[in-house]
Order: sequence, then C-alpha cells, then structure tokens
Amino acid sequence: MLRDTWLVFVRVMLPVLRNPVAVVFGLAQPLLYLGLFGPLLGDTGWQWFVPGLLVQMALFGTAYAGFSLLPEVRTGVMERLRVTPVSRVALLVGRVGKDVVLLVVQSLLIVLAAMLFGFRASAGEVLLGLGLVALLGVAIGSASYAVALKVKLEYVFASVLSATIVPVMLLSGVLLPMSNGPQWLYWLSRLNPLAHVVDAERSIFNSGSAVLGLVAASALVLAGVCYGVRTFHRESA
Amino acid sequence: MIKARGLARRFATKAGPVDAVRGVDIDVAEGELVGFLGPNGAGKSTTLRMLTTLLRPTAGEAVIAGHDLLSDPAGVRRNIGYVGQRTGAGQDQRVRDELEFQARFYGLGKHDARRRAADLLDRFDLAGLEERGVITLSGGQQRRLDIAMGMLHDPRLLFLDEPSTALDPQSRRHLWEHIKQLRAGGTTVFLTTHYLDEADFLSDRLLVIDHGSIVGEGSPDELKNRVSGDLVVLGTPQASLVSEKFENAVVEGEQVSFRVPNGDRTLPGLLRDLGDLGVELHSVQVHRPTLDDVFLTMTGRSLREEARAA
Repeated sequence: MLRDTWLVFVRVMLPVLRNPVAVVFGLAQPLLYLGLFGPLLGDTGWQWFVPGLLVQMALFGTAYAGFSLLPEVRTGVMERLRVTPVSRVALLVGRVGKDVVLLVVQSLLIVLAAMLFGFRASAGEVLLGLGLVALLGVAIGSASYAVALKVKLEYVFASVLSATIVPVMLLSGVLLPMSNGPQWLYWLSRLNPLAHVVDAERSIFNSGSAVLGLVAASALVLAGVCYGVRTFHRESA
Repeated sequence: MIKARGLARRFATKAGPVDAVRGVDIDVAEGELVGFLGPNGAGKSTTLRMLTTLLRPTAGEAVIAGHDLLSDPAGVRRNIGYVGQRTGAGQDQRVRDELEFQARFYGLGKHDARRRAADLLDRFDLAGLEERGVITLSGGQQRRLDIAMGMLHDPRLLFLDEPSTALDPQSRRHLWEHIKQLRAGGTTVFLTTHYLDEADFLSDRLLVIDHGSIVGEGSPDELKNRVSGDLVVLGTPQASLVSEKFENAVVEGEQVSFRVPNGDRTLPGLLRDLGDLGVELHSVQVHRPTLDDVFLTMTGRSLREEARAA
C-alpha cells in the first residue's frame, strides 16, 4: 500500500512540478493579506496574525483540492485506475499527499516572507507550526476529495464549498480575535474545531500550549480520512 | 474465463427502481473473442462494469479469470485488462508517464514498466509521442493509448467497452487488426459494441442483449441463419402481381421484396417462373441477412435506428 500511495503521489505531482506556476499563484492571496491587511494590526500584530494566516492557507489550499479530481472522474481516468489492483486508500492518500506537500512549501515561503515584515519564530516553532498546518491539510483535503466524488458536478461542489468554508473561517478567528465580539459569538466559535487549531497555531509561535489544538486537529484528521477512505471504497464497489 | 450466473443490477432512481440488467448468464471460454451487442441503454456497459469490479451486482455471482467477483475483486483486477468507453489517460499527463505508471500499478518494476511501455508504444503506432502531453493527442491516438494501457500487463482477459467509438474508418480498421492479433496471441477478449459490422468482423461468438436480458447467442453466421432466408428485391411494373406469389412480400412503388431460403440458388428458377407468367423485370437484388436483420427479428427494433437516435 505504501508503494501504491507513493506511485499515486508521484503521478499527480509530476504535472505540478512541470508547471509550478500554479503554486506561485497560490501564494498571491496570502501575500496580499500579509502586505495589505497585516500592517493594519500594528507592529505587534504579526505574532498574532501570521499563525492565523497559515491556518487560513491550509483551509483554502486543501478545501479546493477536490476540483482536481472532477476532470478525472468525468473522463475515464478514475475508472481506469479503479480497475487496476492499486489500493483504494492509496488513490486518496497519494492525492492528499500532493496537496499537503504543496501546502507546507507555500506555508514555509509565507513564514519567511512574514519574517521580513517583523514576524519572529524559532526553527522549532516553524517545524511544529507547519506540522499542525499539515495535519489540518490532511483532514480537509481528504474530506474535499470525498465530497467531490459524491457530488460529481463542479457547480454543486463550488456551492458546497462556499457554504461551508466561509462560516468555518469567520468562526475561527483568523482575521480578528473572537473575544472582541459578543459572548454568543465567542461560544459559537468554541464549537468550531478550526478555532482551536488557530489558537494552537498562535500558541506555538508565542511559546504557549498547543495541546487542545493538536487534539482538535488529530480528531479532524481521523474524521476526514475515515470519511474519505469510506467514500473512495463505496464509490468503487 | 468468464462464468456469470444470474448477474443483475438494479438502480434506485427517484422514479422507482430500474432493472438495468435482469439476471444474465455469461460463459466465455479461454481464447474466445466474444462480442456483446445491443442498442444504447440495453445494459451492455452495466454488465461490463459488473464483470470488471466497477459496479457491485445486486444479485448473481461470477468467476472471472479464476477469481470470485464478489469475494476476491482484487484477484479479478490483477488478471484482467479494461478499456472503458471514455478516455482513461490524464489530460495533464505525458504519454510515457501514463503508460509507465499504469504498468507499475499492476506491480511491474520500474525497469520492466519502461520496457513494456516502449513495446506498446511501438505496437500501437505511438512511438515518437512519448514526451507529448495527452491533451495534444488526436482522438485516434488517445484511443490507441487507452487500449495500450489496458494491455500493459499482458492480461489473460481483456474487456473493451465500445472500443471503436469516435474513431475514423481507417483507425477502426487498424484497431480491429490489433484486436484480432490479440486473440491470435491467446488473449480472451470480451467487447461491447453497437456496430454490427464490428461485431460481425471480430467476434467468434455474439451475445445479444436488450432491455437487460440476453435475447440471442451464437456465431455471427448462426445468428444470421436464424433470420428465415435471404432478402430478394425485384424491380417490376407488376409489383402487386408478383407480391401475390410470395408470403410476407412487401410492395414499395415498383419494388417488391420478400424472403426466400438460400436466395442465391433459388433465384434462377424463380426468375424463370416469373418470366413464364409474363412478368417484366428491371432489376434483381439478393441480400444475405445482416446482423441488423437478426437484431430486428430478435428485438423487433432496428439497431441502426437506435444508433441514429442516440
């Protein structure tokens, strides 16, 4: 299964490596936030803002991953792969692997760029912070592929995404602290696992405890991967 | 090589359950080339998808290439090749990569995968296109790549779903030659088609499916012989007079057509008799029954009309 996963991973990675322009464009949005929104928070805002931005990248970077599967479902590519003896789990995990590797590379570049603005982080903090981002990417990426496989149509998938991503992002406190708002909004955000991941990411870069966020992220990974694997099995008899 | 019993598939739709395949029995011996013929929507592809592990049957059982379809789908997958109706190569991939990955998905090592890919590129006239993106290939080239991918691992049993759809006549001919070569090499081939000429040219044996059930089976010649006799078409000003002499004769203007057994041998005597009656003839045609006639006899519908309507 490891071999299968590696093969699936390399197969989907090759087109990206041949044409890395998409990866560069993926950096445009976080760079804009960094340059045009970050300064609004003042000189001390970077330590607070950059970790949130990394979580936002994980959310937006992998939630849309399912779109890359739809052309392969529409043509006969998925069908062809499903008739080979390749492991069903590998068909999912290999793809998610590609998205997470790209996410980590992009996040690292953003951290380095943020340091130019005045963001401070040790190597250990960066390693741990990117680890948490990767976990979140695995969870959301798996779920994204599974949902794409279920809904099958681009326009349906797009509306499912916007209906879920926006509330999840607003209730996670990536842009402004949730404690600024009324009590009910704060408690609503506590029900959002992503809010705990954001808190954890901030703790990591400000030498605090990240335990609750790591637990939340691990639970999301478990849920996302189980849902993804089950869907990939079910959709292929 | 294939032994299926009572294979059925029911789909739940909003309008209620639809029985796409209603319990088919299929036997294919090793080395046979069997054609699965039927109009669009008859259940060909659904049956094929069940036989290739893509779709779980709602009833029935099957042993494919020595492995049980329901309990050992992975074993079935290792021993079969499948070329679907739609193109199976990733549009953002390169030709060589898709072939090599396909071989490696079947367990071949890197070196063997490369060698097999090179073999098949040659065999399917794709040499020189290795570095090209799949998206830049012509329809015929993509189809040949699909078929090459289906046989990279030298499967004992190859399934082809409508292999010549969207090919120009020359590419179809080429493809047919490739398929015949496979069979000559001992590969068992099971293909679906709604082209009668394709079924006629390629198949040792035909299964005819309509409305989810198998309605006929036999070699193309056997099936043709079931249509009672050859079609004789006479052009004559006395069409109605002639039509009285033959059962089930059809008159269309100055043309009368009817069926007689062994038309080629019956015709001379028949023409002499008509001459004795003073019937004047402009033209004479004799048609051997086609698979279209067979299909019409068995299902009451013409396959060509179906194909045109689709």
